[in-house]
Amino acid sequence: MAFVRGQQRSGLHIMCGVHVSPRVGQPPRLELRGISKTYGTTRANIGIDLVVQPGEIHALLGENGAGKSTLVKIIYGLVKPDEGEILWEGAPVSIADPNAARAMGVGMVFQHFSLFEALTVAENIALGLGNKQHPRALAPRIREVAVRYGLVVDPQRHIHHLSVGERQRVEIVRCLLAEPTLLILDEPTSVLTPQEAEGLFVMLRRLAAEGCSVLYISHKLEEIKALCEAATVLRAGRLSGHCDPRQESPAAMAELMIGATLPQCGRTTAATTGASCLVVNDLSLPSDEPFGTDLHRVSLDVRAGEIVGIAGVSGNGQKELLAALSGERLAPRADSVVIVGQPAGRVGAAGRRRIGLAFVPEERLGRGAVAEMSLAENALLTGASSAIVRHGFIRFPALRTFARSILAEFRVLATGIEATAGSLSGGNMQKFIIGREIGAAPRVLLAAHPTWGVDIGAALAIRQQIIALSDSGVGVLIVSEDLAELFEICDRIAVLSGGRLSTPKPPATTTLEEVGLLMGGQRQAAVREHAHAA
Amino acid sequence: MQLKLEARPARLAAMVWLSPVVAVVLSAVAAGLLFALLGRDPLVALYTLFIAPLGTVMGLTELGLKATPLLLCAVGIAIGCRANVWNIGAEGQFTIGAICGGGVALAFGESGGALVLPLMLLAGIAGGALWAAIPAFLRTKYNAHEILTTLMLSYVAVQILGWLVHGPWQDPEGFNFPQTRQFLPHATLPLLVEGARLNIGALFALAVVPLAAVLLGRTMTGYRIRVAGLAPGAARYAGFSAAGTVWFSLLLSGGLAGLAGICEVAGPVGQLQPIISPGYGYAAIIVAFLGRLNPVGILFASLLMALIYLGGEGLQMDLQLPPAATGVIQGLLLFFLLAADVLILYRPRLVLKPGVKHA
Repeated sequence: MAFVRGQQRSGLHIMCGVHVSPRVGQPPRLELRGISKTYGTTRANIGIDLVVQPGEIHALLGENGAGKSTLVKIIYGLVKPDEGEILWEGAPVSIADPNAARAMGVGMVFQHFSLFEALTVAENIALGLGNKQHPRALAPRIREVAVRYGLVVDPQRHIHHLSVGERQRVEIVRCLLAEPTLLILDEPTSVLTPQEAEGLFVMLRRLAAEGCSVLYISHKLEEIKALCEAATVLRAGRLSGHCDPRQESPAAMAELMIGATLPQCGRTTAATTGASCLVVNDLSLPSDEPFGTDLHRVSLDVRAGEIVGIAGVSGNGQKELLAALSGERLAPRADSVVIVGQPAGRVGAAGRRRIGLAFVPEERLGRGAVAEMSLAENALLTGASSAIVRHGFIRFPALRTFARSILAEFRVLATGIEATAGSLSGGNMQKFIIGREIGAAPRVLLAAHPTWGVDIGAALAIRQQIIALSDSGVGVLIVSEDLAELFEICDRIAVLSGGRLSTPKPPATTTLEEVGLLMGGQRQAAVREHAHAA
Repeated sequence: MQLKLEARPARLAAMVWLSPVVAVVLSAVAAGLLFALLGRDPLVALYTLFIAPLGTVMGLTELGLKATPLLLCAVGIAIGCRANVWNIGAEGQFTIGAICGGGVALAFGESGGALVLPLMLLAGIAGGALWAAIPAFLRTKYNAHEILTTLMLSYVAVQILGWLVHGPWQDPEGFNFPQTRQFLPHATLPLLVEGARLNIGALFALAVVPLAAVLLGRTMTGYRIRVAGLAPGAARYAGFSAAGTVWFSLLLSGGLAGLAGICEVAGPVGQLQPIISPGYGYAAIIVAFLGRLNPVGILFASLLMALIYLGGEGLQMDLQLPPAATGVIQGLLLFFLLAADVLILYRPRLVLKPGVKHA
């Protein structure tokens, strides 16, 4: 067995890098020994060891909540460990704050960017470097780094004109200008198309070849296998093991990550396509936010018993389309959105729900549920049936029965229906919300990123519930960034890019590459060519 | 050494109700220090403030009398706050309620009989609600924030009252004093205790407590209000009308403040005059938060605030302290309450020598 289990780890962390390179004798770039951190009653990190060699691309692998973020925050000086030591180039250090980390040579690209939309690339980078350089003086250096690593970005452009992938490049360029010797990336591909991700990998390999170490945080096993030469796996705050991802199968790494073998889930029966239950007719809608995406002539038809997926990188109109479909924003015409044969474009969210639409929103707390309220009260949010609310008064026994049935049927792990929504894990809260929405016996289910940030076990359960629902004749529309998931459960997949929706295709007749190209906006170019030819 | 605030992993539920108690104790200590600095015996002053008014039947009835407008205004403010609608203009709605109800009394004069009093009360409620409808319209139509508009309209209301009592409604036989005629007996609220000023307005206020508790806790309307306040995104998602919540909570709190206003002028004041409230509408904001935006909590908080008003009068009379003493104590109370509330979400920690190196 090639795995080195965490329980028997003494001395083994040195082994992990040795066999890949002739760097013997050189101290590791970064070494963590027995790092522990406790927040209140939550033990985020328990005795974690990690060694990153010079020029190594090292994966930090783990499910949501495994303690990856806490660990990198400790390395970047955002969080102080309760116990353990940090060695930099072999010498013990204490990292007071991110400034100290940067001075030492650590650069970090966060999952959520910190860029000012209204400023240019050069201005943003100048602000981030904080050494009072004039943006204009920086422009040549930005171009130089951009050319050297294939990070094409124009210093004079404003951030709000840039795609998410381009914004990430700005963040990376900003880090590279500080000439780091360790670059940390937190789930960098979650916002990229497959093609963009490949470009990122090329750049990271070049960086590593020049001697810069990379700590790469992800839960996507395939890309870790393709990119990384060593991996540290965390599970529930503890070190689960070290391994060489190039020599392990994704299934074996998943086992290390979740501590059990991974069951499979897939559509067993082909979709029986029934009558249309959600139709979008030529919907154009300007965004109501300053840097939002306008919807351009979106048309779509979801049939009963069918699962349709909408792929795309966030920020391409997903938020706007979901709000227009759920009724949180009204469409310009009544027939823009037709639910089970009823024109509903001018009907609000509560009215659409009465027609038969159920909606699982992207944000669980603050939108799908109220964090401070109990699960029973949260069941009422969209579950106010005539049995539960009479003459404007809430019938608590009926409400509690409904809430209890959601917990039981959808296996929501909670201390009870009086637990607050905020106390549940993301996966359990998502199961609760999906249970509540399915409990309303909908004709159409709209789900945004249904398994985002959910652990593998819960994600599987959620997918199975969605499949079971469609098998019972409900039309399902899923908006997601997770292409693997869409290919696994959808009958047809469309791509939303720049507010335009492509024609949905069955997964069998399309490929990951084709969908990736559509996500990158190739379709717009194709449409323009088509228009010229016509 | 350094004092740091650390976020608690979960909100400390006990602190929600402990915090007002801590605030009262700290306010008393601070007030005692203040009295000592002013050359008064702090224990005597605190006795005069907190204990002496409770010693007589008269004192107790006066306590109920002063708690009535505070309770009515604070319950309305609290329901608004639960919906994230910040009505801080209860003083203005109180004033317009008094004007509208008082106007009915003046219009009927000696006629009208038993009909006058109910009409006055209804006019008072309608007046307060109407005054709150202006910010509701501005908020829902033009997105003008109610914190500004309700407060600004309070000053307008007081000016309107001043103009009426100095001008068209001035008592022609009142020796040119800026006040209206005294309301006749059939236009004043019946008294509850012989010889005291406590009237049936206190019963209205007491009735509002359970009604508000049922509204917030047991009805769909109250649920919508709470969801709108805690998570506006969830209210939109569920399809609850945001504008509807703003209208409902402002009209309700305006109506309650209007009722408080008419009860005050049809009760202890007995006529319209330039000043009909010692700042009840503003003090009610403190009462609402001291009572944790909970109707039952507000009942107790309004009694405490009434005691401070009453004891403040005692300080003026017995110890020759300035009237500002009452305002200072109210301010201390809010200050300490907000400070103590920090402990619900944070815990203090002493850090020895910041920046200790591990290595």
